[in-house]
Amino acid sequence: MSIEVRHLTHTYSEGSALSAVALDDVSFSIQDGEFIGLIGHTGSGKSTLVQHLNGLLKPTSGQILIDGEDLNGEKVDRRALRRRIGLVFQYPEYQLFEETVAKDIAFGPKNQGLSAGEIDARVRYAMDCVHLDYEKYAEKSPFELSGGQMRRVAIAGVLAMKPSTLILDEPTAGLDPRGRDRILSMLEDLHRKENTTVIMVSHSMDDMARLATRLIVMANGKIVASGTPREIFSQREMMTSIGLGIPDAARLCGALREKGYDLPADLYRPEELKQHLLRLWKEAGKC
Amino acid sequence: MTETPRISLDGVSYTYEEAPSPALSQATAAIREGEFVAVLGHNGSGKSTLAKLLNALYIPTEGTVLVCGYNTKEEKYTWEIRRRAGMIFQNPDNQIVATVVKEDVAFGLENLGVPTVDMIPRIESALATVRMSKFADTAPHMLSGGQKQRVAIAGILAMEPSVIIADEATAMLDPSGRQEVLDTLLALNKNKNITVVWITHFMEEAAKADRVIVVSDGSIVEDGTPGEVFEKTDRMRELHLDVPHMTALAEELRSEGMPLPGGILTVEDMVREVEKIICPSKSAT
Ligand SMILES: Nc1ncnc2c1ncn2[C@@H]1O[C@H](COP(=O)(O)OP(=O)(O)OP(=O)(O)O)[C@@H](O)[C@H]1O
Ligand SMILES: Nc1ncnc2c1ncn2[C@@H]1O[C@H](COP(=O)(O)OP(=O)(O)OP(=O)(O)O)[C@@H](O)[C@H]1O
Ligand SMILES: [Mg+2]
Ligand SMILES: [Mg+2]
Repeated sequence: MSIEVRHLTHTYSEGSALSAVALDDVSFSIQDGEFIGLIGHTGSGKSTLVQHLNGLLKPTSGQILIDGEDLNGEKVDRRALRRRIGLVFQYPEYQLFEETVAKDIAFGPKNQGLSAGEIDARVRYAMDCVHLDYEKYAEKSPFELSGGQMRRVAIAGVLAMKPSTLILDEPTAGLDPRGRDRILSMLEDLHRKENTTVIMVSHSMDDMARLATRLIVMANGKIVASGTPREIFSQREMMTSIGLGIPDAARLCGALREKGYDLPADLYRPEELKQHLLRLWKEAGKC
Repeated sequence: MTETPRISLDGVSYTYEEAPSPALSQATAAIREGEFVAVLGHNGSGKSTLAKLLNALYIPTEGTVLVCGYNTKEEKYTWEIRRRAGMIFQNPDNQIVATVVKEDVAFGLENLGVPTVDMIPRIESALATVRMSKFADTAPHMLSGGQKQRVAIAGILAMEPSVIIADEATAMLDPSGRQEVLDTLLALNKNKNITVVWITHFMEEAAKADRVIVVSDGSIVEDGTPGEVFEKTDRMRELHLDVPHMTALAEELRSEGMPLPGGILTVEDMVREVEKIICPSKSAT
């Protein structure tokens, strides 16, 4: 589905002394099948923005159009829409509430009116996606899990609904490196094979370098840049000045270029650096 | 002379109520004053359980935990332990108690009995360190995820404990925030000899520690310097972990024949070693 955001402004506690502008006239659009990386400093407005995309927060002004229809229009069935646009929260604890892991993950599919057999299949599918062993965890209480295990349950709960657009707010925070790699590969598969639109918020520039087809960069409630990872990560100064970084491979590339090594300015993947370093080594001979 | 360790674990096991197996079993380790120890391990390996045992939130089912010489089993020492060993929790919401940011930071100090006149500068300095001064009068529930995490960190910094236990304290921070918080803790460790136990899933952070302890399925399975531990790439991956990006790149380059030494952990290490084997090209500007 396509998403279009027009002049979106959000002010928390409007009219009170505490009012805070979290989004300030934000406009952009996302095409069907994109993998968007949404990045920005602490407090830049990312969580506020993604909560608007499935109707959890209402704009103070501006519009969100889903396939051309105003998300906050009167005719729109927002419950139906939330099944198509799945959102995984930044802190997964707030998403979990059932007695057991299996019941928690089954909650969405149940609301979709699926048969018992299909619900069970969805729960197993989703647990498999996040690498949580069904036998071991299905009957456990979600509140007696470790932080990373809770996050996996929260992600599974959204995957079980098979949404056509998937929004994840810091999905890899707290995951161990293997869990992170597997969940990122799973998202990559959903994006490639099922054409799922993915919007991922993350502070990990290395994860973004691996997956995103386009990056949207936020600072102080505004969008300050948008482009391919290659375009964005070659703007080293802009990225550091707004509190973000660049992937380690891009940092290495920049540091070596400063020393006079002949490398393209826009390398950001470890694999690319490897090829170029081997080339330099073979060309240059010994010091 | 034998120095008493800041933290000592002797055959420590912990089993959650009704759990079929212990979350931590037979852990033995000693952490010296002034050490900066990173703790790594897969999800559910027992890291947070370990952290809570160090703070007397949990009492071992078996074995003994001593913090600054005090046995966590003895209730009369709980307070002595908590004033010396400050803990930053995995989820800041489990830590934030007050309705205004500066009062939240004050909370720990009030408990310590710090006189009001001394409290204000400590609160201000802690909030400045985490760059949250302008939110001093804000309600914590009106903060973003990373802002809450910064407040939780400020609360512990203000208490000036001699041991800081940080359970994924930077998980929700942006890259420069993560760097700043880690640098702050490294500086406290270096300049004030504060002992730090730093639980993390970021291999790059662990690379900056003096020592790395790896937990797997409730047991301590590796314990050494970052150089030693990250040399074992296959072993780390088998434990569901990884090695720093530059260590992995160095290994790939070595496998293609480039004569890079072991022990490369950071971008700076990599630049230094590349300079030794490849000359910058003359034509480049
Ligand atoms: N419930 C709320 N009430 C008032 N202000 C809020 C509320 N939630 C967030 N804010 C403010 O709005 C701004 C944007 O917050 P948001 O949570 O969208 O940031 P974020 O980019 O997701 O940050 P992080 O990376 O720390 O999660 C921040 O300045 C924050 O203090
Ligand atoms: N309150 C609880 N009740 C019962 N079991 C628990 C509870 N908290 C954690 N566990 C279990 O104990 C084990 C260790 O959990 P712990 O939280 O210490 O892991 P962790 O290493 O901190 O993981 P993570 O990286 O995901 O934070 C896990 O198997 C977990 O499911
Ligand atoms: Mg957020
Ligand atoms: Mg934990």
